[in-house]
Amino acid sequence: MHTDTAPPGAEAPAFYLEEDHAHESSTMLGFWMYLMSDCLIFAVLFATYGVLGRNYAAGPSPRDLFELPLVALNTSMLLLSSITYGFAMLEMEKDNLKTMQLWLAITGLFGACFIGIELYEFAHLIHEGATPQRSAFLSSFFALVGTHGLHVSLGIVWLIVLMVQTAQKGLIVENKRRLMCLSMFWHFLDVVWIGVFTFVYLMGVLQ
Amino acid sequence: MFSNPDLQKLVFGRLSLEDIPYHEPILQVTFAMVALGGLVVLGAITYYRFWGPLWRDWLTSVDHKKIGVMYIVLAFVMLLRGFADALMMRAQQAVAFGANEGYLPPHHYDQIFTAHGVIMIFFVAMPFVTGLMNYVVPLQIGARDVAFPFLNNFSFWMTVSGAMTVMASLFVGEFARTGWLAYPPLSGADMSPGVGVDYYIWALQIAGIGTLLSGINLIATIVKMRAPGMTMMKLPIFVWTSLCTNVLITAAFPILTAVLALLSMDRYVGTHFFTNDLGGNPMMYFNLIWIWGHPEVYILILPAFGIFSEVTSTFSGKRLFGYASMVYATVVITILSYLVWLHHFFTMGSGADVNSFFGITTMIISIPTGAKIFNWLFTMYRGRIRFELPMMWTVSFMVTFTIGGMTGVLLAVPPADFVLHNSLFLIAHFHNVIIGGVLFGMFAGVTYWFPKAFGFKLDPFWGKMSFWFWTVGFYFAFMPLYVLGLMGVTRRANHFDDPSLQIWFVVAAFGAVLILLGILSMIVQFVVSIRNREALRDLTGDPWNGRTLEWSTASPPPDYNFAFTPVIHDLDAWSDMKKRGYARPVEGYRAIHMPKNTATGVILGVVSIGFSFAMIWYIWWLAAATFATMFLVTVIHTFNYNRDFYIPAADVVRAEGQRTSVMAGRA
Amino acid sequence: MHDRAERPPGPPARQTELITVARSASRPRPPARTAARLLRGFCAVSLSGLLAGCNLVVMQPSGDVALQQRNLVLASVGLMLLIVLPVIALTLLFAWRYRATNESAPYDPDWHHSTQLEVVIWTAPLLIIIALGALTWISTHTLDPFRALRRIDATRPVAAGVKPLTVEVVALDWKWLFFYPEYGIATVNELAAPVDRPIDFKITASSVMNAFYVPALAGMIYAMPGMQTQLHAVINKPGEYAGLSSHYSGTGFSRMTFKFHGLDDAGFDAWIAKAKAQGSELSREDYLKLEKPSEAEPVKYYKSVADGLFDTILNMCAVPGKMCMSEMMTIDAKGGAGKDSTENRERLRYDNRHIEQGDEAPGSTAPASGRTPHGQEQPQGMKPDGNNPHVHENGTKPENQMPAPERDSIAPSQLNNK
Repeated sequence: MHTDTAPPGAEAPAFYLEEDHAHESSTMLGFWMYLMSDCLIFAVLFATYGVLGRNYAAGPSPRDLFELPLVALNTSMLLLSSITYGFAMLEMEKDNLKTMQLWLAITGLFGACFIGIELYEFAHLIHEGATPQRSAFLSSFFALVGTHGLHVSLGIVWLIVLMVQTAQKGLIVENKRRLMCLSMFWHFLDVVWIGVFTFVYLMGVLQ
Repeated sequence: MFSNPDLQKLVFGRLSLEDIPYHEPILQVTFAMVALGGLVVLGAITYYRFWGPLWRDWLTSVDHKKIGVMYIVLAFVMLLRGFADALMMRAQQAVAFGANEGYLPPHHYDQIFTAHGVIMIFFVAMPFVTGLMNYVVPLQIGARDVAFPFLNNFSFWMTVSGAMTVMASLFVGEFARTGWLAYPPLSGADMSPGVGVDYYIWALQIAGIGTLLSGINLIATIVKMRAPGMTMMKLPIFVWTSLCTNVLITAAFPILTAVLALLSMDRYVGTHFFTNDLGGNPMMYFNLIWIWGHPEVYILILPAFGIFSEVTSTFSGKRLFGYASMVYATVVITILSYLVWLHHFFTMGSGADVNSFFGITTMIISIPTGAKIFNWLFTMYRGRIRFELPMMWTVSFMVTFTIGGMTGVLLAVPPADFVLHNSLFLIAHFHNVIIGGVLFGMFAGVTYWFPKAFGFKLDPFWGKMSFWFWTVGFYFAFMPLYVLGLMGVTRRANHFDDPSLQIWFVVAAFGAVLILLGILSMIVQFVVSIRNREALRDLTGDPWNGRTLEWSTASPPPDYNFAFTPVIHDLDAWSDMKKRGYARPVEGYRAIHMPKNTATGVILGVVSIGFSFAMIWYIWWLAAATFATMFLVTVIHTFNYNRDFYIPAADVVRAEGQRTSVMAGRA
Repeated sequence: MHDRAERPPGPPARQTELITVARSASRPRPPARTAARLLRGFCAVSLSGLLAGCNLVVMQPSGDVALQQRNLVLASVGLMLLIVLPVIALTLLFAWRYRATNESAPYDPDWHHSTQLEVVIWTAPLLIIIALGALTWISTHTLDPFRALRRIDATRPVAAGVKPLTVEVVALDWKWLFFYPEYGIATVNELAAPVDRPIDFKITASSVMNAFYVPALAGMIYAMPGMQTQLHAVINKPGEYAGLSSHYSGTGFSRMTFKFHGLDDAGFDAWIAKAKAQGSELSREDYLKLEKPSEAEPVKYYKSVADGLFDTILNMCAVPGKMCMSEMMTIDAKGGAGKDSTENRERLRYDNRHIEQGDEAPGSTAPASGRTPHGQEQPQGMKPDGNNPHVHENGTKPENQMPAPERDSIAPSQLNNK
């Protein structure tokens, strides 16, 4: 807290470094904090769903709308994509650029499947008249699931950009750092989805 | 313009010539003044051939010092706009009694009080706070820049973009008529059609993203980039308060982003989050916006507390009393600020248990705050107080803020709040703490660190004029509002029937005029100081006999801040160095690794103004085009790996050699 | 607006003020009021030139609930002054005593810690907050606006078997509608209640939030569409008091005021009789016309009210063909109405009625308002003037009246609006 001040005239300690002082990169910490702030956005959306999720406005309820097998398939897509991303990171550690890119491509494909199935689900709901404008329940459902879907889409774009960049520059420090960030982002979305799956779909249908 | 309305709608959305209020005298004058001022500034830049340096050294700069200064310039500019709104409100309320309608119809008055609140909080107080943190924090922790220099530049331009969006509403269309938090259902699509609330949403959304990113940036800076030896309990107190503020920003602004996104979905897509019908729930908005809004209050006040701590300690020539308890108090305030939001709407009819819980948590915040005030008091105790301008602001703060704090705790008692909520008493209370706390703090900070940033002090005479006008003006302007609140007068009314109220409004208007003189004195102070800069010049880099690291380097500091990374042994690092005979190194300089400037931030900022404008006016093609542009610019930016460079050792030798000779010449 | 209570025998209000102050020493008075008197006295004496009428209604209310709230304000301020006054005094004292030019004051640059002092500076505010917290907990529960009154004033409990006067309050765009279910009447912008009889306000709003506030009677509470809040209060002195909306609600907010009359029993009966004699009937159609935005509405009486009108307003189904909130909530509690319920959406749309009828919405701005931005002109019907004292029922100028836009079920209303 408060160090004792040496009396004036005592041997002065070193007050500066003569060597360069390299800070370790702050990117991981910064990205973690970004993820936590993003997590708060999802927290707000979850809370909104929690408050409004039963306001069906004399309209359809989760039980009328959700098809668990489809959602389970979708969930497995995202979970598998997390695993394949993990494989990509292992290859990155071994500096195998080609195999890493292959795993990244597979991850991206799984992600694209996830988005495709989600869009199909949305289109189906809207076709049935269960639009976001139908009730507060549907508004908050589309907001929560849609925001997650937007994040995944953004992740796919980022993944493509990184595949191009690693192809151009190889596995240099900057690229590895970016791959690590995307990895955190991707797994984070996985965790959020597990929340969505449980809280929105399972509890919605099984209540 | 177009004979075909569909084509016009496609090209201009809902924008038409009628939306430009060229027939409105107040706006004609404003526009003429803005245009004239703009021409003068542009002309001066051209005349002095400043365009090149402006672009290279400022707009594209990633230097935290330049960005900090630009934030504060933005804050001062927006203060003029926000204060003009305040003067208009005071004038309206001073005359609009009985048969006199005043000169502002509700349609105009309602926009003014909304704009006043939005501008003062988001585009005056926030840029002040962010600017000072940006400037001072890296210097105080012995760093050469922030953790993410480009992000810092980008954050700044997002804030400017938000500010420009609000300003655009003055000349194209209108601003919201909802009050500064845009409560639904009034702010919903059905109750507030038109562009007003859309201007509000996009200005805040864009500025909010900037603020969030700058919060993350400063946390990473403080956590990762401290000089060797600077443990957490040796952080200068301003850095501690900045850290807590940025934690609050990071944990609060996402909520604002989310809640504004939900409101915009209600308005643009027709969802039902906050509508009355189809299951929507407006009370949800009240809760969410205040879960952001209350921490926001502490985001503003904590850095001010930090500034007062630094100033009191420096000008009393003493170590800060109770550093540890100051730190704990700050952390406690940070945590508690999340547990009090409901006190903003006790009158919504929550149960007595809920209301008293939130009332009591609110009161508990006053304990650490009280401890802080005592700490400043006992820092002054047995000191040698030099009443330079920053110290005068501090003493004025301590008295004013104590009064504001007391009325705040009073409002935290739910049954008392039932009679005072939404009244002018409430208005008086929060101006009491925001002017007396935040603004006085920022003025103290600006005067305190100005010589560091520019190498000369501010003129003390005009500074003192400004101080007295502000302080006296504040009491004249807001004490009557306390009285009016006790007379049962509510806020946001533009007309009154009871003539016995008028005298109080006249006194308040007089106070506002005094504050105007305070602002004018401040402007004069800057002009006079720049003209007399040679007489006010400080060559030591340490004009106030400071105690923390920023005073150990030159004024203004070189681009790299410190030629050698300092090593810290004591809380008041620079004080300790001076006491123990620190000798400034004069050789052994090395090349210094620094980030490169980039134009990406300013480009994104400008394009995002276009994007929000397009969204506000439903010009969908422009929205798509600007969005695609922003996206592409961002992606292209990531393909640039060449982001840093070395300042050659020779340049460092030259700069430091110059300082050595200046200091020798002075001695 | 902020009239004081009537004091039938005696000089007009402003004179009473000064006389009260002048005589305050000689007249005995209840101790609870001393502080308020002192405050008023201070007010009047120190600024007597400025102050013709320093009518601090919040500090001198006429209803028991507001009085208790006033006492709470004073007690809290008193508690806090225990610490605030010393702090301010010490600040000024230290600033003066330890100024740099005062060489005789001790100077101790390294003194920065004292455990005893730290204990004191944390404990002193803590003790005050404990006291204030206890006061808060108790008073918040006793003064909970939802809780029925236990007493009429400090000395009189509510007698057993006394039924409170129920008043149903609706905040409309920009006037107040009061129902008296017990008497079958309704009024606009005028409220009355017998002295010393508990009143039970049930409060809602038609389109946006407002707050119901009679400063002399009791604290405010929000009026919210589709929701009911409650306020229990009692008026102890006859008189005419100001009432207002104290939550901003759009264009006509400043003039959304009303008079509250505290009457003796005979006076109240006469007032009811007057409403019955002068009033017309309030049917649903009349209500829907009344509900349209208008400003500075004159006082109106209704001798009878359509059955269950307040309930339909509260449930947002006064417009024919709309589904009531209560019905919707019953359906939702049972798990919704399934997929084939699209027609329910239109039956539950409610907020869009202003726009659909071509009325100006409470917070509309250009271009949707159809008026030039920042324009001086008032929309016709928003404000009465010399030529047109009777407020026009339709809120917009005829030339701006847009045909009700054809609405598909998805786009929000303002997308269709120009």
